[in-house]
Amino acid sequence: MAVKTEELVLNMGPQHPSTHGVLRLLVELDGELVTDVKPIIGYLHRCFEKHCEYLTYPQIIPYTDRMDYLASMYNNFGYVTAVEKLAGIQVPERVEYIRVIMGELQRVASHLVALGTYGLDIGAFTPFLFLFRDREKILDLFEMTCGARLLYNYMWIGGVSHDIPSDFVPSVKKFIKEFRPTMVELNDLLTYNKIFVERTANIGILPAETAINYGITGPNLRASGVKWDLRKNDTYSIYNKFDFEIPVGDGKLGTLGDSWDRYYVRVLEVEQSLRIIEQAIDNIPDGDVFEAVPKRIKMPKGNVYHRVENPKGELGFFIMSDGKNNPTRVKVRPPSFVNIAIFGELCRGHLVADLVAILGSLDIVLGEIDR
Amino acid sequence: MKTSEEIYNILKEKFGEEVILNLNTTEPIDAIIEVNPSKINEVSKFLRDSEELKFDTLMLLSGVDDANGTKVKDENEIETIQGGTLSVYYHCHSMEIGHKVALRVATPRENPQVQTVERIWRTADWHEREAFDMFGIKFLNHHDLRRILMPDDWGERYPLRKDYVDPEYYNGIKIPY
Repeated sequence: MAVKTEELVLNMGPQHPSTHGVLRLLVELDGELVTDVKPIIGYLHRCFEKHCEYLTYPQIIPYTDRMDYLASMYNNFGYVTAVEKLAGIQVPERVEYIRVIMGELQRVASHLVALGTYGLDIGAFTPFLFLFRDREKILDLFEMTCGARLLYNYMWIGGVSHDIPSDFVPSVKKFIKEFRPTMVELNDLLTYNKIFVERTANIGILPAETAINYGITGPNLRASGVKWDLRKNDTYSIYNKFDFEIPVGDGKLGTLGDSWDRYYVRVLEVEQSLRIIEQAIDNIPDGDVFEAVPKRIKMPKGNVYHRVENPKGELGFFIMSDGKNNPTRVKVRPPSFVNIAIFGELCRGHLVADLVAILGSLDIVLGEIDR
Repeated sequence: MKTSEEIYNILKEKFGEEVILNLNTTEPIDAIIEVNPSKINEVSKFLRDSEELKFDTLMLLSGVDDANGTKVKDENEIETIQGGTLSVYYHCHSMEIGHKVALRVATPRENPQVQTVERIWRTADWHEREAFDMFGIKFLNHHDLRRILMPDDWGERYPLRKDYVDPEYYNGIKIPY
């Protein structure tokens, strides 16, 4: 009698702790080997783009907060700079400095969640607690400035909602000093941990050419060895004033572009963000942060595509205006939406247990995939 | 590095006026090259493979409702748009050379059909599914064109069209609630 060799279709999610949100994976299995994965998204869809057509330009800012809710500051950053580009608004130097500092703090916070939960996915609980403890301190800095801990609505078109308080600068310096040892500790605890390396090195290899063709951006692309960072390659705001490196993966413990590389690039990026903050924090010029905030925004006719380097990759806004108070079309290019599309390709030929390791290494946020 | 105008001239020389329709620089900040929807795949392939252009990434593909048809009201005072066009915008970028270009194709609202570019830039796969989901634009030869964000049984309704009206009931649930 012949052995029955049917392929098994397994449903993972939508409610599953390691899918980082409500994501359903339709997994096709041949024994324990994954032959195909189809990510099914849309469970959090709330029609952000339709809402935008009925809102004025400043009213849209709080909605952008809720896309990538782990990097709200940077979503604000991307949106307001896109609108400013279209409207031709020049913002004061002080605002630029504050925005960059906030943006980089947000990048650190976002990476801390990515690294912590990735360890958690693999089974390391302690680093998660350490990193969340320090992320909490960044949230305290944000709370001190604008009163909100997660959804800030902080950056306005032409300015920011609150000037930084007087004890902000020393607090940031104190935070950086206290925070640096955590990253050293993380390397001891997790990065070079034998179990962690065995689970992640050589898993989910993403070659550079495939990554570019799939439009992968951010740390996931850099882990494949491509030196590409919009802060340097297509610079915006005042990033050209600062000295920082673009860390890339080098296949140190496995193959170039594997899950461990994606993890490690984030570890290295945290340090680079701290360097930018250190350079900016002492040089914040004086000035009025509300100076360039327009009472009523006069939008010219036209359209613009503007992109920034969100912690998760290239965040782009395509805004079309017909000169009225609200845009005719706002289209977002969420980095996670593009990054998760390659998931099926990465998983083919791996074991079921590796699915979670690969998914975690991509660092997705469903709020931004579904919008 | 080439400007949109130079790229426009290169494309026009290669494909002729029937495919490369015009270059719109009058009002937008980004200049936009208008392309024939049935030839967009050939133009994209050329953009990617040509030695002097090398557009290796598609940053964004977005559907847009131009809403340039005539507005018609039915007996229940519900307004629909008839005629006019839907568009798809392509924003491409070359990592190697560093230049950008924006393309646009316009397709009739009643039967919107555009050639797919998913085999040229794999990232277009999901973007095209989204444009189909939100505007009902059919991408010819797409391997897996189905809804992506909305439920599969949402019917022939496309939320981002300007004349979209919510259905009264969805699977027995009343909307708007």
